[in-house]
Amino acid sequence: MIETENLTKKFDGLTAVDGVTFSVEEGEVFGFLGPNGAGKTTTVRMLCCLISKTSGTAKVAGYDVGNDADSLKIRRLIGLVPDNVGLYESLTAYDNLDFYGKLYDRTESQRKESIAALLKMLELWEKKDVPVATFSKGMKQKLAIALALVHDPQILFMDEPTANLDPEAAKTVRDFILELKKQKKTIFLNTHNLDEAQRICDRIAILNTTLRAMGTPEELERSVRGRVTVIQLEQSNDVILDAVKKLGLGDVSAEGNKLTISTADPEQANATILDAVFRAGGRIQSVNVVGSTLEDAYLKLVREREKV
Amino acid sequence: MNLRHSWIIALKDIRIFIRKRTVLYTLVLLPLLLSVLFPLVIEYGGKSSGGITGAEIPPLLHSFEWFFVIIPAIIPAPIASYSIVGEKLEKSLERLLATPTTDGEILLGKSIAVFIPAIIATYAGATLYMALVDAVTYNKLGGHLYYPNWDMGVILLLAPLALLLSIELNIITSSRVSDVRSASQLGGLMFLPFIGIYLASEIGVITLDTNTLLIIAGVIAVLDLAMFRISTSVFQREQILTKWK
Repeated sequence: MIETENLTKKFDGLTAVDGVTFSVEEGEVFGFLGPNGAGKTTTVRMLCCLISKTSGTAKVAGYDVGNDADSLKIRRLIGLVPDNVGLYESLTAYDNLDFYGKLYDRTESQRKESIAALLKMLELWEKKDVPVATFSKGMKQKLAIALALVHDPQILFMDEPTANLDPEAAKTVRDFILELKKQKKTIFLNTHNLDEAQRICDRIAILNTTLRAMGTPEELERSVRGRVTVIQLEQSNDVILDAVKKLGLGDVSAEGNKLTISTADPEQANATILDAVFRAGGRIQSVNVVGSTLEDAYLKLVREREKV
Repeated sequence: MNLRHSWIIALKDIRIFIRKRTVLYTLVLLPLLLSVLFPLVIEYGGKSSGGITGAEIPPLLHSFEWFFVIIPAIIPAPIASYSIVGEKLEKSLERLLATPTTDGEILLGKSIAVFIPAIIATYAGATLYMALVDAVTYNKLGGHLYYPNWDMGVILLLAPLALLLSIELNIITSSRVSDVRSASQLGGLMFLPFIGIYLASEIGVITLDTNTLLIIAGVIAVLDLAMFRISTSVFQREQILTKWK
């Protein structure tokens, strides 16, 4: 649905996005993680045909980004939730939605139907005739998402949709994104909220001007270092330690009655390890697989870039 | 170009700024004040020395008529400020630019939103002015001055040209400032050249007769085209998002 190859954007000699290559499948929730100034918003703006690319190629729904004739077609197919809600505060929620519906050439009946459905789904229907200026931050953000959906786009670009929201409002927005995921919408989510990315996204790309890594949240966690299996024994001894070391599955260390084994794939190795412990006469109290988190992966990858 | 898109944007803008008091005051009070004030001057001016004579009235009205060119140069400033700087302040431009509308359609929509109320206000003021002037001068002049009157006809042609010039200047100004008041004040400076022409006519450097008015109209039309080129070069998606303050 979205494909880029060596996508680059430079502003007056300053490189904001450098040679980014990725693809997003239809119905996928794709997270774009990175610190402020990493180029996330610039990438979204290029993909939404709001700013030009300096070099590289990008396609959205098969149309060329950068081709003037395709730009209007792309903008018709996508919805954008910018990092600022961008609402007309003196207009009502209904009028805001109706205005955008008209710009997407929706008929009056289509507009009425989609506006009612969106406002009801986002629990804003009761407030449809109230000026937006009176809305809370959470309500405004929900309306901002509704505006991007009024024309039923195939692809939704969301730039920090839960930033500055209280936890309850942020959860409502996240739940709504998950609802959209069920409807098979392709969602491109810019965020620096790691927890949010982990909960919502099918795949994540970490960006800091260049693309640092890409994969499922689990793959990114594993990419930092192998996870470790921690076995709490009733009584540890050298026989048990030697038995595990002889397996040659990874580094083994002992601290009191706790054995720590670092392996490439704990799920694969744990049965063999536990069998060896058991045969060596060990009595197991607990087994835990302790892994690196997405945060570890993110910080490592972002710092790697800073060192370059 | 999809004119429907421009019209949708214009109607939205008009709905927003008719709720702003400053805009309403500018639209209603200025033309109303001038259209009533000038006939009052004719009616009551110089009462102590026997009043204004029939011979004195036509040159006086020539001066007054020019104000209906100055009005459309002044009115767009507060409206255009809300139309563009207001949109910048509400941070709604990015979303608007992400819709399937062209830069030209948005620019045209913004211009229509300023043009329509401003020209209605100017023409309504001019109509009221002509009606009141004719009412108070009928006896002294022995007939209606404004039915027909080619000078006023040219003035009514000049008004939209001056209005367009002011709108374009305000668009350019709006791209350089980040608050409504600054945009309004800078855009408001547009009336200065027109005041200059008025003063030149008052001290006898030029005469605002039909021929002079037509020449001025031609000059403004050329300036309109030049300013249109500048405003369209300023109002470009990428510039708006990356360079506008």
